[in-house]
Formats: sequence, structure tokens, C-alpha cells
Amino acid sequence: MGLESNSKLVEVLGEKGRVSLNDWKEAQWAAIKIRREPITEEELYREASDFMSLFQQAVKEAFLSDIRDPVWLKMREMLSALSISRARRGFTPTEMATFVLSFKQPLFEALKQAHGTDSGALLSDVWMTTVLLDKLGLYCVEEYQKTREAIISRQQKDLLELSTPVVQLWPGVLTLPLIGTLDSERTQLVMERLLQKIVDTGSQIAIIDITGVPTVDTLVAQHLMKTIAAAHLMGAECFLSGISPQIAQTVVHLGVKFGDIVTKATLADAFGLALKRIGLVVIKKSGE
Amino acid sequence: MDLQSSETLQITCEEDLVRVRQATRARAVLLGLSLVNLTKIVTAASELARNTLTFGGGGTAIVATVHNGDRPGLRLIFEDHGPGITDIELAMKDGYTGGKGLGLGLGGSKRLVNEFEISSRVGEGTRVSITRWK
Ligand SMILES: Nc1ncnc2c1ncn2[C@@H]1O[C@H](COP(=O)(O)OP(=O)(O)OP(=O)(O)O)[C@@H](O)[C@H]1O
Ligand SMILES: [Mg+2]
Repeated sequence: MGLESNSKLVEVLGEKGRVSLNDWKEAQWAAIKIRREPITEEELYREASDFMSLFQQAVKEAFLSDIRDPVWLKMREMLSALSISRARRGFTPTEMATFVLSFKQPLFEALKQAHGTDSGALLSDVWMTTVLLDKLGLYCVEEYQKTREAIISRQQKDLLELSTPVVQLWPGVLTLPLIGTLDSERTQLVMERLLQKIVDTGSQIAIIDITGVPTVDTLVAQHLMKTIAAAHLMGAECFLSGISPQIAQTVVHLGVKFGDIVTKATLADAFGLALKRIGLVVIKKSGE
Repeated sequence: MDLQSSETLQITCEEDLVRVRQATRARAVLLGLSLVNLTKIVTAASELARNTLTFGGGGTAIVATVHNGDRPGLRLIFEDHGPGITDIELAMKDGYTGGKGLGLGLGGSKRLVNEFEISSRVGEGTRVSITRWK
């Protein structure tokens, strides 16, 4: 789709163009300032001016409504970088899209003045640019979304990593308190770390506590059973603790059989049993 | 939060499985499902979403609020355009796995919900729909 012969788009965007960059920036600034976002007026002006000059360049080179065309490469790069930085700063997707979409107003205003009474030509220009700006706006939102999702999945990974220390409760007794999602690749690593720690410390007992695991499905169960079997082969015993009533019921319906694995409702119960197994008794000091 | 009665989620990677579980959990909370029923449907969602990813090569999950008279429920529909299942009866059997699993996902999910429907065509894909009533 190209421009009509009587289009004034290139003209209004040109050197002596009538699109007011300042008006556009002012409108955006007003919308954002209310929330006191960490962005300066100068920054906004620079971004708006970058956008406008890239828009000019692309339109001059060849007006193509397909924004995947190489003509739009620089524009896409700029918008992608902008979306990433705004997503990180906590802007909303609406604010991100508004950056592009609000360009319509000053642009249409300039087109109106340039076309005068030729409403047919004006309509054609407005239609072409509105389609284009909508696409660029959506592109921003998509890029924004990608960044947010990357942030979320990284946080999920961080959480999993953070929340899986192997702790020594007593010489010879280890515990692995699991928290969060268990079915990612990290589970394998976590379980391997437990087995390694069993070797390093020569522990006889390891307690895997799943109090903080919201879902135990077949894959989680399989990971747990494999780890427990491996620990057995290494001469250590593994207890499973922290199985809530709802998880216990679900696991039964699912058909998972933990076999002769020792399970306890709480970590405290499992620790009590562990002490017993290694031949220790806890007694209350007399007179207290 | 419950402005729409359904939402569609893409299943293309491991993290999407987390999203499917979270969406299921959120809607179950909204419906006021008991903790046991919530845990059951979230677990079934996890199983079916993973099958969609692992065997179906990815697909979609629809998480919807449904009504049977004035009884509300949660319905999940998993769809993929993967290889399909040759023998559904065999696939449903406890302990049967075409991969490296325990072979409990399909049969187990069926036991965790009130309604379970599966249809599949070789070379076209698989669709599983489950419902848990309040
Ligand atoms: N969406 C699907 N597309 C193609 N084949 C499937 C699909 N879902 C299940 N299957 C087939 O059915 C088999 C049984 O599925 P099921 O979920 O019961 O067990 P699993 O996934 O192998 O193991 P588990 O779920 O216990 O970890 C699978 O191994 C696979 O061969
Ligand atoms: Mg499965």
C-alpha cells in the first residue's frame, strides 16, 4: 500500500513541516507527570523527537504499511528499546501504547491544515497513517509484554534458586525445604545438590520438606521418588515431610504411590524421627 | 478480576505451565472452591498442560467459569495440533506412558475432576476438557 499522489504526509513531516513536536511532548508530559514517573521532560522530548525523525525517514523512503519491512527496522529498534526501558520502570502497557498513539493528534492536525478543503485526500492520508500508527502502537505493547514476561520468569527462577538451600539440622541430619514450583529443570539441580551434600557431610538422614510446594503432580512425584531412591543407594534414608491434607488427597487420586517412603505431616515430626533413628533422645531438663 | 468468563493461554514453554496453574488457581479462588477441590483441579491442569507441551508440541489452554443451573464450576480445555493419540484407552491406563513419565497424568486427572472428555485424531491433535463443579 503506497501513498496517494496528492498525499501531503511527506510534506507535513518535512523540514518546514507543521507537526508540532512540542505540542505532542506537552500532551505526553501532562499525562505522565500526574504520576511523577521517573522520567524527565528532556528525556521525553528526546524520545518524541527520535520517533518523529525516524517516522519521517521511513515515510520519505517508501511509505509501507507493513512494519516488518526493512524500512521500519530503525523504528522497530527504537521502539523496542523504549518499551524495554519503560517496562522496567513500571510504566503501564497503556502508557506505552499512548506514546505512539498520541502522535495521531498533532499529525492529523497538521494534515488538516495542509489539505485545506480537499477532504478526500485528507481522509486517505489519515486512514493510511492511523493504520500504521496502530501497528506501531501494538508493536510497542508486544515488546513491552515480552520484557514483563522475561522479568517475571526470571523472578520465578530466582525464587526457586534462592529457596532451596540444603540445611544441616543436626550432624548426620540434612533437610531440603522446598518452596515454589518444582517442575522446571532446576528441580534436577536441587535434587543433585542434596545428594552431593549427603556425600560431603556423610549424613545418614535427609528430610525433604514440601510444605512450600503448592502442587505435587506426577512429575514432581517422580522427581521426589528418584531422589529418595538415589539417596537409599548411597546408604542414606530420606523422609518426606510437610504433606498437607489437600496434597495427600490429591496425590492419592492421582494414583501416585510413594511405596515404603517414610512420610510425616510436619518437618518437626520428621526431625523427631530422624533423631530417634540416629540413636538420640530429647529429654527435658529436670526441674525446669 | 472476573470480568471475562474465560481466558485463553498459550502453552509453548515450561513457564507457561506455571501460568496455567496460576490462572486456574486464581479462578478457583474466585469461585470459592474448597482448598481440596482447588488443589485437585490445579493438579489436573498441571498434568494436562504438560501433556499438551510434551506430547502435543504446545497448544492452548482455555480457563473458563461455567454454570450448571445455579451451580458454578471451573472448566479447562486443552488443545493441541500435535500427533494425536492412537489408542486413547491405552493412554488412559494407569502406568502407561509413551514417554518417560509415570503414566498417571490422564487417568489421574480424570479422577481429580467431575467431568472429563478427551478426543484425539492421529495426525490432527488432541483436545481434553475437564470440569470441576463447586
Ligand atoms: N496431548 C497429547 N498428544 C499426544 N499424545 C498424548 C497427549 N497426552 C497424552 N499422550 C499420550 O498418552 C500417554 C499417557 O499420558 P499420561 O499423562 O497419562 O502419562 P505420561 O504423561 O506419560 O506420564 P505422567 O503424566 O504420569 O508424568 C503419554 O505418554 C503420551 O504417549
Ligand atoms: Mg502426563
